[in-house]
Amino acid sequence: MTSKAKASTETTSTQSAPVKTYREAINEALRQEMRADPTVIIMGEEVSGGAGTPGQDDAYGGVFGVTKGLMPEFGRERVIDTPITESAIIGAAAGAANTGLRPVAELMFFDFIGVCFDQIFNQAAKFRYMFGGKARTPMVIRATVGAGMSAGAQHSNMLHPVVAHIPGLKVVMPSNAYDAKGLMLSAIRDDDPVIFLEHKTLYDTKCEVPDEPYTIPFGEASFNREGSDITIVALSAMVPRANAVADKLAREGIAADVIDPRTISPLDEEAILESVEMSGRLVIVDEANPRCSLAADIASIAVEKAFSALRAPIRKVTAPHTPVPFSPVLEQLYMPSEERIEQAVRELLEA
Amino acid sequence: MQYEKDFLVQAYRTMKTIRLFEERSIVEFERGNIPGFVHVSDGQEAVAVGMCMHLTDSDVIGSTHRGHGHSIAKGCDVIGMMKEIMGRATGLCRGKGGSMHIADFHKGMLGANAIVGGAPPLCNGAALSAKTLGKKDIAVSFTGDGGSSQGTVLEALNLAVVLKLPHIFMFENNQYGEGTGVSYALGAKDIASRAGAFGMPAEKVDGTDFFAVYETVAGAVKRARDGGGPTSIEADTVRFNGHFIGDPQLYRAKDEVKKLRKERDCLTKFRERVTGEGWLKTSELKTIDQEVADLIDRAVEEALAAPQPDPSELTTDVYVSY
Repeated sequence: MTSKAKASTETTSTQSAPVKTYREAINEALRQEMRADPTVIIMGEEVSGGAGTPGQDDAYGGVFGVTKGLMPEFGRERVIDTPITESAIIGAAAGAANTGLRPVAELMFFDFIGVCFDQIFNQAAKFRYMFGGKARTPMVIRATVGAGMSAGAQHSNMLHPVVAHIPGLKVVMPSNAYDAKGLMLSAIRDDDPVIFLEHKTLYDTKCEVPDEPYTIPFGEASFNREGSDITIVALSAMVPRANAVADKLAREGIAADVIDPRTISPLDEEAILESVEMSGRLVIVDEANPRCSLAADIASIAVEKAFSALRAPIRKVTAPHTPVPFSPVLEQLYMPSEERIEQAVRELLEA
Repeated sequence: MQYEKDFLVQAYRTMKTIRLFEERSIVEFERGNIPGFVHVSDGQEAVAVGMCMHLTDSDVIGSTHRGHGHSIAKGCDVIGMMKEIMGRATGLCRGKGGSMHIADFHKGMLGANAIVGGAPPLCNGAALSAKTLGKKDIAVSFTGDGGSSQGTVLEALNLAVVLKLPHIFMFENNQYGEGTGVSYALGAKDIASRAGAFGMPAEKVDGTDFFAVYETVAGAVKRARDGGGPTSIEADTVRFNGHFIGDPQLYRAKDEVKKLRKERDCLTKFRERVTGEGWLKTSELKTIDQEVADLIDRAVEEALAAPQPDPSELTTDVYVSY
């Protein structure tokens, strides 16, 4: 079965399901898996909120409300509010994963990997290989990513290329509610450490999400739009923007493939190459900084493996090589816009 | 405290195994049979064994870069360990870990750790597993005096108190963090008082006295198993060798090690105590010495004959290789 065929099967299965937000879809996945598997626990800062205070319990449910309501159902023993101590959170999750639990640890903002990166890349990621296949580390690190909320330079980064570089980690970046639920269930059931990156600007986006549990396998891209004139690969919050551009071009008779890899490690190279072989033109849209990034990586894969099919230079539409600015005006310039994506596509079609 | 003869024999055999394993590691390293960086723990045997004699296979420990002794004390196969530090295919970690990454999950050995201060955050997780799953198991992290100043360790001490985890923080103070003295590097009076400031019981013990270690940690083990939360122990111990094999140890005083070997050798102290009390005879100890020496000879012989990893092993035990 080709990637395109797999993607369309999936689309069929979502018809007439209730509409839910990205936030609700992730919450539902966590709740369903916690009900099904008593070894699943959640830990992090304010995942419930209100511990040791005179006020309300479950005061936050995570700063974006994703884990709201889980503590009242599962108790503080399984929804663990921690002090502000990222190294200890991620280290404990790794050790617990080695010894029988399936922890879902939350980093409130992925920028905070700076204070716990050793636990991720030197510890959790390496155990299985370094110990000769004896260790299992079934943990999920949930974290919010991305700009768009004027959260400033230390709460807005897209650092997925940093973790995609690390062998032993799986990296998941859902772009919609349906994928978020299915990928979260796969992530919790996976025996390797999984980095699950939630874009802040997607939390209120909605689509049909079936009530029953379902999984989406890692390493299978989805084709959001199909067309043989040009290939647009987009990640996370860039996917809706790429879709909008493709829809606009479609009205002019230009047909674009919009590929959402959904997981960047593993990466569905086959889907990207299949499309590039057909279109000969590739635009990659990624909110991360441009150097040593997924955009650069995907470009190199296309050049190495589909060179003869390319009919134009590859275009990367990314953030500039700067920290994320605070000013809303500058931040909008920082993020790849629909206009920049459209411009890149038109330039390639003319090339 | 009364000790059974079998217990004493096991304690002595384990300490002696560590001693000879380390001494032989130095020889084999110098012969070129052990690749990489090797940190030996001879001198510190009583801490590892005095602690681990309280533990079962379902209790877990996390170790340091100086982890051979902890591994042996926790029951790891000595021959598998020797194969591992020689990088052989049949080593405990199939030759992919090496001296600084010996692990055996079946024995509750969660791994030696080459990041200083590596074990405490992970052992919190193991303790959390035991607590969440309703088991009586406990976790023990080993950390050196150098590691005691790492931020990960300080964060782990706090979280263990907050979550009331069955975790014993065993600090092995051998007076040197690599080549820097503890009197320089430790801002506090001692490790125990700093650990105690996090809100847990903290004790100090002579780490060269097996019996003192065993008896001191007994209370911590009971507290952890009974749901009473974490404890810190600072064991005052000695490092007979350098930071790594080949370290010229220019930072040590003249005749310092000679004096330590004479006055603070935990094996000598153990022998004097058990023969003095009439618990074991010198001849019985000598028999154990010979059996251990034979075991180490066999370990080296088998390790040298063991196969190198197959090239295909390069890309196994990891989910994907691009």
